[in-house]
Amino acid sequence: MKLAIQVNEGPYQHQASDSAYHFAKAALEKGHEVCRVFFYHDGVYNGSRLTTPPQDDRNVVARWVDLAEAYDLDLVLCVAAAQRRGLVDDGEAKRNAKDATNIAPRFRISGLGQLVEAAILADRLVVFGD
Amino acid sequence: MADLHTVNKSPFEKNSLEAAIRFSLAGSCILLIEDAVYGALRGTRVEEMVKAAMADKKVYALQSDLLARAIKDDRLIEGVGVVDYAGFVDLVETNDKVQAWL
Repeated sequence: MKLAIQVNEGPYQHQASDSAYHFAKAALEKGHEVCRVFFYHDGVYNGSRLTTPPQDDRNVVARWVDLAEAYDLDLVLCVAAAQRRGLVDDGEAKRNAKDATNIAPRFRISGLGQLVEAAILADRLVVFGD
Repeated sequence: MADLHTVNKSPFEKNSLEAAIRFSLAGSCILLIEDAVYGALRGTRVEEMVKAAMADKKVYALQSDLLARAIKDDRLIEGVGVVDYAGFVDLVETNDKVQAWL
């Protein structure tokens, strides 16, 4: 089965990102394909490279990065949500004249069309949010 | 055509479980995750609604979210299925669509 996953919440305000991560991991371990994880609204905060959670706490961002490394996942931050919240990659820094970037490795910033495409390509779209 | 409906809010906080039950078709599966697992508890004011839904729908609760809230299986409404994340994945696969009641 080919899955697309949508995450609408940031890592620490709500359980959605945790639920989405555990669901994605379980699906991948069962041999299913996750064709895209789309981070929307506050979900884009899952893609900040600059978070430093306490060492004895789960590292939500690093966990997504590790999962993407292991399974070659496509982690996409919604561009409009990212611009509003200050999530920046090289392209966005240039386009909007920002002095820094903060996107985590394995994440990329793209448009809402990527969510629509994932929903079309996947057998199921599973949404996690508040 | 069977659909999976996921609910993630406590029924004592929001009416999304009620809405999911009301709008889902017979044969659907309803999976309670996050705070929605409180809806699987026996002896609450939503117990009758959940039991009535189970006449023609299947109701499940996510094991890790039950454990995180110290809810043991013996406190659940009889007939509520307990699934882990692998079981969640199976429910997504065996149903045609997934509707999240956020």
